[in-house]
Amino acid sequence: MTHLRSVGAAWRIASVAIALGVLAPVLSLAWLAVGSGLAHWSHLARHVLPQASLNTALLLTGVGVLVLVIGTGCAWLVTACDFPGRKVLHWALLLPLAMPTYIVAFAYLDLLHPIGPVQGAIRWALGFDSPRQFRLPDLRSMPGAIFVLGFVLYPYVYMTARAMFMTQPAHLMEAARTLGATRTGAFFRVALPLARPALAVGLSLALLETLNDIGASEFLGIQTLTVAVYTTWITRSDLAGAAQIACAMLFVVLALVLLERNGRRHQRFGSAQRMRAIQPRRLHGATAWLATFAAALPVMLGFVAPALYLVWETIKRLRLGTGISSGLVASLGNTIGLAAGVTVVTVAAGLVVAWAVRNQGSLGNGARWQARAAVLGYALPGTVLAIGLLTPALAFDGALGSLIGHPGLPLMGAGIVLVVACAIRFLAMPVGGIEAGLARIPPALEQASRLLGETASGTLRRVHLPLLRPAIAAASLLVFVDAMKELPATLLLRPANFDTLATLLYAEAARGTYEEGAMAALAIVVVGLLPVMLLARSGLSVQAEAAR
Amino acid sequence: MTQRLRPPARAVSALSCIAATLLATAMPAHAAEELTLYTTREAGLIQPLISAFSAQSGIKVNTVFVKDGLLERVKAEGARSPADVLMTVDIGNLMDLVDGGVTQPVKSAALDAAIPSNLRGADGQWYALSMRARVLYADKSLPITSFRYEDLANPKYKGKVCIRAGQHPYNTALVSAMIAHDGEAKAEQWLRGVKANLARKATGGDRDVARDILGGICDVGLANSYYVGQMKGSKEGSDARKWGDAIKVIKPTFGNAKSGGTHVNISGAAVAKNAPQRANAVKLLEFLVSEPAQALYAEINYEYPVRKGVALDSIISSSIGELKVDPLPVAEIAKYRKQASALVDKVAFDQ
Repeated sequence: MTHLRSVGAAWRIASVAIALGVLAPVLSLAWLAVGSGLAHWSHLARHVLPQASLNTALLLTGVGVLVLVIGTGCAWLVTACDFPGRKVLHWALLLPLAMPTYIVAFAYLDLLHPIGPVQGAIRWALGFDSPRQFRLPDLRSMPGAIFVLGFVLYPYVYMTARAMFMTQPAHLMEAARTLGATRTGAFFRVALPLARPALAVGLSLALLETLNDIGASEFLGIQTLTVAVYTTWITRSDLAGAAQIACAMLFVVLALVLLERNGRRHQRFGSAQRMRAIQPRRLHGATAWLATFAAALPVMLGFVAPALYLVWETIKRLRLGTGISSGLVASLGNTIGLAAGVTVVTVAAGLVVAWAVRNQGSLGNGARWQARAAVLGYALPGTVLAIGLLTPALAFDGALGSLIGHPGLPLMGAGIVLVVACAIRFLAMPVGGIEAGLARIPPALEQASRLLGETASGTLRRVHLPLLRPAIAAASLLVFVDAMKELPATLLLRPANFDTLATLLYAEAARGTYEEGAMAALAIVVVGLLPVMLLARSGLSVQAEAAR
Repeated sequence: MTQRLRPPARAVSALSCIAATLLATAMPAHAAEELTLYTTREAGLIQPLISAFSAQSGIKVNTVFVKDGLLERVKAEGARSPADVLMTVDIGNLMDLVDGGVTQPVKSAALDAAIPSNLRGADGQWYALSMRARVLYADKSLPITSFRYEDLANPKYKGKVCIRAGQHPYNTALVSAMIAHDGEAKAEQWLRGVKANLARKATGGDRDVARDILGGICDVGLANSYYVGQMKGSKEGSDARKWGDAIKVIKPTFGNAKSGGTHVNISGAAVAKNAPQRANAVKLLEFLVSEPAQALYAEINYEYPVRKGVALDSIISSSIGELKVDPLPVAEIAKYRKQASALVDKVAFDQ
């Protein structure tokens, strides 16, 4: 490795400041955790943790396998094969991203309920007339939760895997084939290992999302560790105890992330040559239709069915005379504004960290912690993160208030604390995405640029940023979609009279009238569709162009 | 941390636009009279009451609907907190605010006259505003006319009971009351019996009990009284109406001889310790227990008024009727909440 001059001091300070910002809520939680005794751990260890850990492990394993199989399988299918419907499916496979898991869980609970349409049709076909005579097993079970979460979260893996497969030079696969590997063999021994960094990023996003999920698990009655954190905090009013469990979970997550990173520490995935991409192979006959079916199934289950359910429920509401409320329109504006703000802040921060870490990384490992710290926000449940942030953020806010002579809390009142909380929560996406993008830019380009006298920031601007465009676009859209769906931190940190679509929907849920929330849910999905489509178009096709 | 970045100018201008919008929404033109309400009670449910209050008093109410972490937020905001009134559902959550030291005592003859003494803090730290009973939903065709909470553990209901998560405040409050009446050992035995009778996982919401009864998953279950009004009061032909029409409601009682009453929980409120608009906060509380407001609680939210002499909603009165409330003081229930929650874990009720 050539030793390059590292980034400027301002840049480095900014990166450290961001990392410390992410650490602030975690440190404040850790402080809470050590501030209390361990008396309740005997109860937890006997009655809660064994089952909750087992449930969490089962859920993570199940969802992990499902998203890997669906995500990687579909990504390879639409990259390497041509079949009817491929042109639509290659982007439609991203659509479940627009679906919050809690909405899908609710939709399926309703669709598959004994008095819902699916079982009703089955009973009709079999000639039963009461659910008391015949009904299917309850969705509220571990397999049900794995099914729901797996079919909603697979796009994280699909997206990263697809981008990776599209840019993998065809000659590598061809070389494998000439050396006697079968198609399957070449996929498992060449394409898949090369995609590992991307798969790791996608998988970790999906799994962290699963781990922190509270809505869907609660609906489906799965007692995970996250649910245990909530119970300890809310029902037993033991915030310190909850912080202890949350910190322990965080520790395990970090260990796993580091383990995976360590596993590919010495590997390089860059390819210096610009090569032609893999050309899809045309499938014929039954095989082709089978491929269509296989690629369409995740879209159907993860998006179309729940979306149609929401449309149907909305139509029912409108027919019963419920209009579109002004609250819905206002919260639509709030949602878009919040998501846009969070996106700008998060992606800018992500770029700073990823670049600082990369540049300093070539000198040593001194800055790596900043990128690792970025993952922390995503590894904590939203409410827990928000609780951790409350104390440091409001202390700062209060100090700022007395400095500028504001009687209240200026940042909290303006929603800036909320934006910061969301940025901390989603920083993992741009950092991970941009780091993966940077890893694929050959160091030779940077060395050449620097040798020719360009500065570090000039190199970033003129060499890396253009090459990173797809990665940045993808990260922005992901953050936007996720910020739009964000519920727990928004609920806790928002200023007065500020509703987003998610909080509006949650309010209906809290009132016990989910079906009334159908319109807000549909609005979330519709607003989320646009960035997801953009993601599909720009993210994937630009990446393909860049590879060409 | 963000001000140290140097993002492109476009991003900066976009950001400042958003900040300006947020500022605009966060700081309404300072009307002469206003107050800020933090509530874990869904804002839509109390909106009609708030509107009536604003119309009558000219005081504008800013609301923040918070679910978990209300206490933590108010604590962290400290002396600068804009909150004037803190409103919660469930007595345990309300007592948490009092114990957390974020409330202040209030002296008001109007409040003391309207609210029975077992439904408010002796020192004026908290006040109950409405009550809801934990009642039995049963399949219409079941020949039940009376029911004791203890019967839910009777093996004859094996595989026939639906209930939401044991860790939900509505259920921990019930278990707390059980502990208060009969002691922990008996409560544990009861909880194990109910667990053994469950037809499905203890999860979902209260209305799912009615829905699952209609769906043939179970025959009986516990849920809150106001959902009965919501469901049976829904438009003809809607799903909720079908669920509501599938059930009949029975007021269970505790078997304990000293009780003989039905378990109730409350929604309530307190004045925040650092309330900038303390006088307005008291005005709001006084309004909420006035006769017209209590009638709204009954009609719109199908709840039981805390004020004597206010009529029940007609659906509630025909399907459930007047309550014989368990004489256990509600504050007593909150005391056993942690024990109850631990019991729920111990018998693996939600697993």
